[in-house]
Amino acid sequence: MSQFDRFRQPIKNARGLGSAKDGVHHFIVQRVTAVALLFLSIYLIVFVVGLIGADYASARAAVAQPCNAVLLIAFLIASIWHGELGLQVIIEDYVHTPWLALTSRLVIKFVCVLVALASILAVVRIALGA
Amino acid sequence: MAEFALPKNSKIQQGKRYPAKPGAKNVREFRVYRWNPEDGANPRIDTYEVDLATCGPMVLDALIKIKNEIDPTLTFRRSCREGICGSCAMNIDGTNTLACTKAIEDCSKGEVPIYPLPHMSVVKDLVPDMTHFYAQYASIKPWLRTQSAAPPKERLQSKEDRAKLDGLYECILCACCSTSCPSYWWNGDRYLGPAILLQAYRWIVDSRDEDTGTRLDELEDPFRLYRCHTIMNCTRTCPKGLNPAKAIAEIKKLMIERRA
Repeated sequence: MSQFDRFRQPIKNARGLGSAKDGVHHFIVQRVTAVALLFLSIYLIVFVVGLIGADYASARAAVAQPCNAVLLIAFLIASIWHGELGLQVIIEDYVHTPWLALTSRLVIKFVCVLVALASILAVVRIALGA
Repeated sequence: MAEFALPKNSKIQQGKRYPAKPGAKNVREFRVYRWNPEDGANPRIDTYEVDLATCGPMVLDALIKIKNEIDPTLTFRRSCREGICGSCAMNIDGTNTLACTKAIEDCSKGEVPIYPLPHMSVVKDLVPDMTHFYAQYASIKPWLRTQSAAPPKERLQSKEDRAKLDGLYECILCACCSTSCPSYWWNGDRYLGPAILLQAYRWIVDSRDEDTGTRLDELEDPFRLYRCHTIMNCTRTCPKGLNPAKAIAEIKKLMIERRA
C-alpha cells in the first residue's frame, strides 16, 4: 500500500473512485467457461488419445467430422476466453503501473482474439474440406 | 508492479540480546521486531530471554513482562487482555493472531518470532497504522439503514434471522485476516479485504436492514470485492474462529442471485 496524501481525509482514499458496479459478469463467465472446459477437456483428451497412431489423412478426416469440429471450436473458444479472463486477473493483481497495466491488457486481448480466430479458421478449413 | 524486495532502509538488522537473569530456570526466547521512526535506523530484531517461571501463560504476558522488567522502550497495543478488543493483533510464530489469546506453549519455535501485522505501515515496533483499514470500515456505512418508519420500540427479528448473524457479529476488527491476505497486501488501497467484507455481509444478511441493494451495488467492483481469490488465509488465521471467506462467498452468490 502506497503512502497516501497526508492532507486528505482517510475516507477520501477508502471511497476512491466509487464502485465500478461491474465484476459479476467477469465472475460468471469465468465459472461458466470453467465448467464447460471440465467436459470439453475430457472430450479433447479422449479425441487426441484416439488419434494416436493415426496417419495425417485419417487425423484430418476425424477433425472434419461435424461433431468433432464443433466440439473442437467450442474448446478453443472456452479455453482462450477463460485464459484471457485469468490473465486479466493476474494483471489486476500484480501490475500497478497504470500504463503498463493498460498496455498488457490490450496486448493480451489482441493476442487472444487473434489466436482464437486463427485456430478456429484452421478447424473450419479442415471441416469444410479446404 | 508488486514489491518483491524490501527497500534498503527497511532491511531488518540483528538487534540487541537481553539475557535472562542468572538462575532463571525456564527460559524462552522472544525475537521481536523493533523500529523507531525517530532514530533513523533500520528495523532490527531484538532477542529477549524471558523466565517463564515468573511469567503468565500468554504471549501478551511475556510482552508486558518485557516492557515492565527488561526494556520499557518496547511499543505495542493492548487493552482487554481477553480477546475481545483486538488491540494486540500481531504476527506471532508466523501467524497473525491476538497476543492475549496465544499461549506461549502453543508456539512451535523455540525462539518465538513476533512481528507487526504484515504489509501495514508501521508506526513503531509492533504498532501498525490502521487508518486506512478503519476508513474502509467506515466506507461500508456499518450501521442499520432503513426506509420504513421507526417502530415505537426496537426493530424485531425472528430467531432464525438472528441466527444468520452468528459467526459474523463476533468479529472484533483486529485485522488479522485482512493483513494475512495476499490480495489485501497487493491491492489493499482498493480491495476491502476479508474483515470489512465480513462486516459488510453482516449488514447485508441482517433482516432488519433495508438497504441491501445499495450495499451490494457499493461492493460490486473488480477491486472492492472480486480481488478475493479464495486463498483462505483469512479463515485459517482468524483468532476468533470465524470464516470471512464464507461471508465473501455469500456476497458473491447474492451478486449472481439478483441477476438470475
